Formats: sequence, C-alpha cells, structure tokens
Amino acid sequence: MEKDELLRLEDVWVQRPGAEVLRGVNLTVRCGEVHALLGLNGSGKTSLALTLMGADGYKPGRGRILFDGQDITALSVTARARLGLTLAWQEPARFEGLPVADYLALGMKKPERERIEGALKAVALSPLIYLSRTVNSALSGGERKRIELAAVYAMQPRLAVLDEPDSGVDVLCVGDIMALIRRMADEGISVLMITHRDEMAEVADTASLMCGGAVIQTGSPAKMRDYFTQRCRPHGDLLGNQPWGAEAGGTYQRVVTEGVGSE
Amino acid sequence: MSSHHPSHVKSSVLQQRDPAWAREFEAILKAYEQAGGKPDVLRTPRVASAVISGNHVLAVNLVEGVDIEAEELENGVHACITVAPGTKVDYPVHLCFGMVPTEGLQEIISEFEIGEGAEVGFLAHCTFPNAENLKHVMDARIHVGPGATMRYSEGHYHGPVGGIEVLPTTHAQVDEGGWLESEFSLVHGRVGRLEIQFEVEVTAGGVVELVTKAYGSAEDEIEVNEVVRLNGEGARGLTKTRVAVRDQATSEIYTTAEGNAPGAVGHMDCTEIVRGEAVARNVPIVVVRDDRARVTHEAAIGSVNSKELETLMARGLDEEEAVDIIVRGLLG
Repeated sequence: MEKDELLRLEDVWVQRPGAEVLRGVNLTVRCGEVHALLGLNGSGKTSLALTLMGADGYKPGRGRILFDGQDITALSVTARARLGLTLAWQEPARFEGLPVADYLALGMKKPERERIEGALKAVALSPLIYLSRTVNSALSGGERKRIELAAVYAMQPRLAVLDEPDSGVDVLCVGDIMALIRRMADEGISVLMITHRDEMAEVADTASLMCGGAVIQTGSPAKMRDYFTQRCRPHGDLLGNQPWGAEAGGTYQRVVTEGVGSE
Repeated sequence: MSSHHPSHVKSSVLQQRDPAWAREFEAILKAYEQAGGKPDVLRTPRVASAVISGNHVLAVNLVEGVDIEAEELENGVHACITVAPGTKVDYPVHLCFGMVPTEGLQEIISEFEIGEGAEVGFLAHCTFPNAENLKHVMDARIHVGPGATMRYSEGHYHGPVGGIEVLPTTHAQVDEGGWLESEFSLVHGRVGRLEIQFEVEVTAGGVVELVTKAYGSAEDEIEVNEVVRLNGEGARGLTKTRVAVRDQATSEIYTTAEGNAPGAVGHMDCTEIVRGEAVARNVPIVVVRDDRARVTHEAAIGSVNSKELETLMARGLDEEEAVDIIVRGLLG
C-alpha cells in the first residue's frame, strides 16, 4: 500500500442470492481526495458501498479490503466505523422517536451543539426547525437524505462513503451538497462519492468507472465523465438494471472485456 | 392549554399531619421522581394534584373547576375526579400512585367525569420502586362529555426485580364531539406482569386515541386488550401499540376496532420488536357493521430493522447500544 493510500480494494468478489454483484473490484482512494465512482444503475456501486461498510450479506468471498494499511475485510460495521470509515446510505433509514440533534450527535466523539448546527446548515437545513424533529417518516426523503449527510459530516470520519448524495434532493440543494463534499475534503475527510450523474464528478479529484460489478477505469474526472456520457449512458437501455444478469445475455462479458460500448 | 375560564387556585390541602405522614410523603415523592415525575409540581398550588400511597391519600390539591374526592379503602382508594363543564384547565392534573413497600396490594377505583366542553390533561405516575410481591389493580371509568377533551398520560416505574402485577381496566365513553387521548407507558424498570383491559365507546364525531408502550425483559409478561367501538357517525379511533421484548419476555396484543356507523374510521397500528428468546403476538380484529365505515390495521413484528441497526453501527455504536437507541426511540 502506498503512503498516501487510505483505502485499497484488491480483487473483491461478493456473491448475493441469485447474482454475483462484485466481480473482482480493484480500487484505491487516497488521503484527502474526493473520489467519484460513476456507473449506471445496477452496475454494483451500492453493493460496493455496503461491502466497504461490512453490511450484513456483503462479505467478500474473495479478495481483501485495506483501510490505512489494515485488513478490515473481516471486521464488523462498528469496528470499521471506529477506525474512521462510515457510509451515508442511498436511502437513509427512518428512526421513530429519535431527534435529529441526537442522531447527529451519535457519531461525534465530543458532541457539540455548534458543530451539529453547522452540519445542518451545511446541507441547507435550519437548525431551529430541524434539531427537535425526529428522523422518521414525517420527514421527506430529501430531508432525510440531507440529515444523513449532515450526520456523516458531523462525525468527521477519515473516509466518508456517500452513496448517491444527490438523489432525492431538490435541484436547488445539489450545489450545497457539492460544496459540502468539497468542504469535507478540505477539512481532511476523504470522500468516495458514488453517483450515476456525471455532473457530480465536478467536485472530484479522481474518478473511477464501474460496470458489471467491476471497476473498469480510473482517471481524471473529466476523462471519466466523457467516457461515461459518451460510451456508458447510450448503453443504459441495452444493459438494463442488472447487466450481469441472465437477461443481459453476453453483454456483460463484452462490456467487461472490451470496455463499455463498441464504437 | 388556552383558557376561556382561567382556572385559579381554589384550595391547597397539602396539610402537614404527623411525622409518619411526612416520611411516607417524602418516600413516595422520591419514588415519583424515579418514575419521571417532578415532585415540586405536586407542591405547586396552581396545579391540581393527588398523591396516593398504598391506601393513604397523602395530599390533594384542587384548582377551580377541578374536584378530586378520594376515599380510603381497605386496600386502596376510590377517587372521583370531576372537571366542571366549560373548564379549561391550564396545567395538567398531576396524579401520583404508588407503594414504597416490597409487597402488598393496591386497588385504585377511579371515576373521571369531564363536563361538556371542558379541556383537561392528566399526568399520572405510578411508582413501585421496591416491588417484589406486589399487585396494583386499577378500575377506571371515564366519561368525556360532549365537545370535551381529555388527555391522559400514565407512566410507570417498577424497579429492577419484576415482582409486580399491574392490572388496569378502563371503561370509557366519549360523547358527541368529545376527544380522548390515553397513553400508557412502562419502559423503565421491569414490567413484571402487565394486563391492560381498555374498552371505549365513541359516539358521533368523537375521537379516541390509545397509545401503549412497554418494554419487557427477563420473564416479563405483557398483555394488552383494547376494544374501540366507533358507534356514532364520523367517530374516529386509533390504537397505537409499541412494545419491545427481550430475553424470555412475552407480549400479546389484542386490539379490536368496530366501525358501527356511517363515516366511522378506525385504525390499529402495532409495532413489536423481539430479541433473544422473547415471543410477541398481535391479533387485530376488525369489525365493520356499516358499509360506509372503514377500519384498517397494520402490524410489524420482528427483530430490529437491520438497516437502522447498521446505520447506527456505521456511526461507531456497538450492536447493543444501537438496539437500545432504536428501542428507546420507538418507546420514547
């Protein structure tokens, strides 16, 4: 592992009932960078996020995950979080009866009201309105999403995996989310940002492209955006949501071995 | 609560009697605090209150429009609580029931008469901090008059042993346009054996909301039987049950909602979390006797939601801490 590497995945394979969702993922995230992971729906991005966090049912059958040089492949979710790795879920959970203020304070070593309020402001939510509300279904999906991001920011992890941080958030707020991601990196929090919207890669330092359960390219955000928009997107309909599934026929093999698209 | 007819202090009968009384009063106040109550409130003249320890009525405080008559029985107390028609009571009436000894029987017979158009809240704390072999029986009659509102919240604290049986039975009548909210909470200390019986008849335009929260552990037994009869046109009813059980505890929730009139709307909502070897059961019964009525139910029984659990663990909490937060949130 190189000196500035924070996260390294080596040939990670994950089998889920009925599908092999990760097929030999190799990926490196460096300290202090925003790393965008682009891919179509169903390409395995969320599976990768859950595997990184150690979620139930996402234990690699092969390969290993190194975090700051330590093999965390077999560690629990809690142990990974205590090392400084956390995840903002694509669809955040609902918590009946849990106030937003308490939710944000959970991951903080020293819960401070100022930081909690700052985290809410960073996602364009008023502390006055939201601190006493509960993280339940009375909040909209977009509000819960922003609160989830605020909770991750308040925690100040070493690596934040953000699974589609822009999804469900109104257009006016996307700029705030992008600013927050940049701010996190500026404050020393490395970010692995998962998205299928190439515009989000604007805030990234590095980008990777995922397809068919594998990372097929890594490079500059501009290069990956071009590749994604010109060669992946046009094939979205063809690949469907499960490009490695039986319904895709031989498409998956071609995609992985020959790259996306066949110009 | 807003006041069209401000309630004023009518009298204070926190009379000092003898040293034995003072000791018992202080002991029950201490226990009251353990149950989540604020003892100072019971000494506030502006707040109607009653303090009952075993079969002793230790203190009663009245405000205008609220009358509490309490009679000591062999093993408990018979209390009649009346709120005069049109009275808007500024502060919730505070009730403290309990027993400090380790064993015994306490029977509370209570009658609530809420006059037409009155608005009142009750905060009841039942505390049995040292219970080892105790039985607490409650038999309540509630009458919410036309257009009246009654909000009743009862919190229990039973101590760590679980040697207690709590058997509350309530029969309630909500008149036209009346509103009754009743919440029962037993989430601190051991449950022991809890058996709730609650039946309510709701007439036209009346509303009833019953909320039950309990957290059982070890060999605790929780049984809730609630029957809501929506008898009048446009009557509405909701039962909301939140129970968590772990170890070998059991929970049985039986709720019945009857839609017996045009436009009656009822809903039963039950969530139970099960851990360890605990067992939970929910039996909702829907009865509809009018084709313009609607009654629905939803139930979720199972372990803690894995996504909620992993979300909290991803913040660094271990599994037990995460489960505790989820359960406390559910029961909070």
